[in-house]
Amino acid sequence: MGVKQLGIVGQSVKRRDGIGHVTGQTQYVDDVFYTGMLWLKMVRSPISRGIIHGIDTSKAEAFPGVVTVVTAKDVPNNWYTILCLIGVEPNDEPVLAHEEVMYFGEPICAIVAETEAIAAEAAGLVKLDIEELPPVLDMEFAISPDAPAIKKWGNNTFMYDGYNHRKLRFGDFEKAIQQADHVIEGDYSLSPIEHAPIETHCCVVKPEPDGRLTVHSNTQALYFTMDNTAIILQVPSQRLHMIGGTVGGGFGGKVDVITEPITCIAAMKTGRPVKWRWTREEEMRKSSTRAGVKMHYTDGVMKDGRIIARKVRSLEDSGAYHRHSPYGVQKHMANLPGPYTIPNVWVDAYCVYTNRQPSSAMRGFGVTEATFAVECQMERIARTIGMDSWEIRLINAYRNGQMRPVRKVVEDATLIETIQAAAELIGYELPAHLKAMSSDDYAGNGGHHG
Amino acid sequence: MESITVTFKLNGKTTAVAIEPLESLRTVLREHLHLHATKAGCGQGGCGSCTVLVNGEPVLSCLMLAALADGQEITTLEGIGTPQHMHPLQAAFFDRFAAQCGYCSPGMIMAAKALLDKNPHPNRAEIAEALAGNLCRCTGYVTILDAIEDVVTQMQEA
Amino acid sequence: MAKHYGRGIAAVNYPTGMNLGGDPTQALIFCQPTGGFSVKLASTDLGQGLKTVIAQIAAEALGVPFDSVIVDTGDTDSAPHCMGTFASRATHRVGNAVIMAANEARKALLDVAAEEMEAAPEDLVLENGEIYVKGAPERKTNVFNVALAAHFKYGKTISGRGIYLKQKSSLDPETGACDPDSTEAHATTVAEVEVDDETGEIKVLRLASAYEVGRQINPEMVKGQIVSGAVMGMSHALMETVFPYYPALDHHTYSFGEYIIPTALDIPEIESVVLEYPSSNGPYGVKGVGEMTANSPIPAIVNAIYDAVGVWVTDLPVTPEKVLRALEEKSLETH
Repeated sequence: MGVKQLGIVGQSVKRRDGIGHVTGQTQYVDDVFYTGMLWLKMVRSPISRGIIHGIDTSKAEAFPGVVTVVTAKDVPNNWYTILCLIGVEPNDEPVLAHEEVMYFGEPICAIVAETEAIAAEAAGLVKLDIEELPPVLDMEFAISPDAPAIKKWGNNTFMYDGYNHRKLRFGDFEKAIQQADHVIEGDYSLSPIEHAPIETHCCVVKPEPDGRLTVHSNTQALYFTMDNTAIILQVPSQRLHMIGGTVGGGFGGKVDVITEPITCIAAMKTGRPVKWRWTREEEMRKSSTRAGVKMHYTDGVMKDGRIIARKVRSLEDSGAYHRHSPYGVQKHMANLPGPYTIPNVWVDAYCVYTNRQPSSAMRGFGVTEATFAVECQMERIARTIGMDSWEIRLINAYRNGQMRPVRKVVEDATLIETIQAAAELIGYELPAHLKAMSSDDYAGNGGHHG
Repeated sequence: MESITVTFKLNGKTTAVAIEPLESLRTVLREHLHLHATKAGCGQGGCGSCTVLVNGEPVLSCLMLAALADGQEITTLEGIGTPQHMHPLQAAFFDRFAAQCGYCSPGMIMAAKALLDKNPHPNRAEIAEALAGNLCRCTGYVTILDAIEDVVTQMQEA
Repeated sequence: MAKHYGRGIAAVNYPTGMNLGGDPTQALIFCQPTGGFSVKLASTDLGQGLKTVIAQIAAEALGVPFDSVIVDTGDTDSAPHCMGTFASRATHRVGNAVIMAANEARKALLDVAAEEMEAAPEDLVLENGEIYVKGAPERKTNVFNVALAAHFKYGKTISGRGIYLKQKSSLDPETGACDPDSTEAHATTVAEVEVDDETGEIKVLRLASAYEVGRQINPEMVKGQIVSGAVMGMSHALMETVFPYYPALDHHTYSFGEYIIPTALDIPEIESVVLEYPSSNGPYGVKGVGEMTANSPIPAIVNAIYDAVGVWVTDLPVTPEKVLRALEEKSLETH
C-alpha cells in the first residue's frame, strides 16, 4: 500500500498512563479532596412535564449541616445552550428550572452541605409545588398539529434556517423513483441508550484567594466547558482554571457542561471547595442519552442492483432541550444516504423535542444510527432482488472522484478495499470481477456524476 | 449518630479508624483513609470497580458496612503492588493494554487476584466467570482476559 | 425448535472531525535546557490513549527520542485552546497542531545547531536526538548540547506554536450542500450469530472486521478501539435501552441491574485486519478511528439474524422478545 515506514509512529509503545492506571495511582476527579470541602446534591423534578408554582427550601436550609441552597435566582445567566459557541440558537435550557419542568430528573435546586449524606437528606426536605401536565413523548405525535408546543418558539422541532428539518436534495428523486425496477422500503429505529462510563460525572471547585476558581472536571472538552461556564456565571473565562484531561470513560456523555456551572456557583456562594459527583442512578436516568431515532427508507433499485434513488425521513428524539442534538441531526443528514453512489437523493431529518431527559452526543451519534439503517437496507435490497450481499455493496460503493449527495467529491474512499479484506479475513472467495474492483476505478459502478 | 472505631488489618498494617456506623467500607477506604485506588462506579454493587479482598475473598466494598470489617484482613490494590514493584497482574495489564480509561482496572485486578490465589491454573472460561461481576466499558474485555492468561502461563512456567 | 446459524455483513464509512469543521486545536512545544521537549495541550484522554499517541507524533516530528518528550495536557492555565475530545477528532486535530509546533521548534533548534557547528541549517540532519552534517556524519552534536547552548550561550528560545483548523463549511439550507468531514475512514464487519427459535436468544459467535484508518500511530491501541467497539456495538444491537418500552417511560433503568451491558462472559470471537491508506490531511495520514468501531457490528448482527431465521428485527435493541414476536408473525403469514 506504499505507506512510508516511520520511526516511533507506527510502534505499539506502551501507554504513558498505563502504570498509573494499573496501580491505582492515576488521579481522577473523585480522587480530589480539599480540607473543608462541601458536598452538593441536586433536587430534581419528580415528573416529566409541569408548571412550577413554588419551591420551598426553608426546611432544607434549616437542616443542620446545610450551608446553602442554590436556586435559579443564584444563576447569573440561567438560560443557555451549550452549542451557542458554534452559533446554535436560541438558549432553551435553564441551568436550574424555575418556571416549568420539562423532564423527569430536571435540576431544580442544589443543596450544599458539610457531608454528602446531609446534602442528600436535606434534598428530600425541599417542597415542590408543581402542576403536572401530560408529557409529550412520542415523536410522531410531537410533530403533529395535535401536540401541545412544549418549546417556547411554538412547535416541537429545531428550526434550521426557517425549516423544521434539515434537507438534503440531490438529483431528482421523484423522477428517478418512477424509473426504478424495484421500490424497496424499510423502517429502522433505535431506543435511547446510556453512555455508561464506569466513572460518573464529577466536579470539584475550589475558590482561590485571588478570586479565581480552580475547577477539576472530567469533561471531554476543557475550554468548551470553561467558556460555557463563564457565560453562565457571567464572569470572564480567565477567572476559571480548568484542570482535567484524565477521564474514566466518556463516550460523548461528558460534554454537556452539566456539573461545572452549578458547582462553581456553590463554591462562589459559600467561599469553600465543593464537590458534586453523580450517582449511577443520576447517570442512568437523568444524564443525557443517545437519542432515540426513527428512520424510513424508500429506495429505487434497478434489476442489476444499482440504487438510483433514495429517500429518507428521519426523526431524532432530542428530549427536552437542544444539548448537542441540532448538531447531531445535521451530521445525521449528511450520512443518511450512506457511502454509496446514488444519483438521486432526498433526505428530511428532524430534530424533535419531547418530555424526556435530553439526548446529546454519544460515540458516533448521527452516523451510528444512519449506518445501522443503511446497512440493513442494503441487505434488504440484496435479499429482495436476489443479489449477493457482497456484490450489492461493491457495485454501489462510492469511488474516488464521484460526487456525494452533499456535493463533496469523494476522496480517501476505501469502502471497496475493506469489503474485499473482510471477505479474505473470513475465507470467503469473492468472484474475480468483484475482487478486481477498486475505489480508484471511477467508472467502476457506472457513476458519472463527479 | 455517634462515630465508632473499627480496627482491621489493611494491606498488612493494623489500622484503626473512626467511622459513622452506616458508612460503607468503600467510603472509609477512599474518604477517611484516602486510599483512592478502590474506585466508586455505582454504589449499587453493579460494576465491581470497588472490589477489594476481605480475608482473601473478593468483596464489593460499596455494599459492605465498614463496621463489619472490624477484625478482618483487607487488601486493596495499593497493597499488592506499586509502580516500582508491580504485582504480576498489574504488569500484565500494563503490557497487554488492558487498561484504557483505567477506572475499572483496580477492581478487575483484585477480582483476578482473588481467583488466582485460589486457582492458579484457571482456563479462559473460568477467568471470565470470575470477572463477570466487573464491568468495563472501554476494552471489550479481551485484553483483560489475555493479561490474566499471561500471568497464569508465567505461574505455570515458574 | 432449533438453533439457527446466520452470517451478516455491513460496510461503513466514518467522518473524521466535527461536522462542517470549525473545530480548532492548538499546541505549544518548548525545549528544556537539557533537551527535553514539553508539549503543552488542553486536550483530554478519555482512555483511548491520546497522551501516548501525541508523544509518538511529537517525537517523530521533532526527531528526538520518545522518552525525551513530555506531554502535559489538561490544564487551561498552561496550554492553549483545544475544542475537545469527540467526533473522532483528537488524534487528527491535536496531531496536526503538534506537528506544526514541532516543525517550528525543530527549525529553531537546528538554527542554533548550525551556528554552533558552523554549518548551514539546511545541511543538518536531526535523528533520534543526534544532529550531524549531511554527508559528513563525523561532524555531529546532539540535542542536549544544542539546548544548553541555546539557553546559556546564545539566549535563543527553542519552541513552537501549532494550530489546526478546518475552516467551517457553509451549509445550503435548500440542498444540504456542505463539506461535512476532513476525511473518511472505512470498515466492513462480518457477524456470525446463532438464534434460538424457541427462546429468541441470540448468541454472537464471531465479529470479523477489516478497518481502513489512514495510518496507525499505535497499532495495539487501534486494535483496542476495534475490539472495544465490537463489544459496544454488539451491546447496542442486542442489550441496551434506557426505556425498554420506548417511547413510553415505563421500566426505565436505574442501575447496572436493569441496564444490561456485556461482561467478560459475553464476548464473541473478535478478529480484525487493518489497512492503511494515508489521508491527505491527517498527521502522517491519520484518520479518526475512535467512534466508528461501534457502528458496523450493529447492522452486521441484525443482518445475520435475518440470515439465520428470516425475520427483520430493525428496532434496537433486538431482544429475544422481539425475535419471538417476529417469528410468530412470520409463521402466521406462512400458514
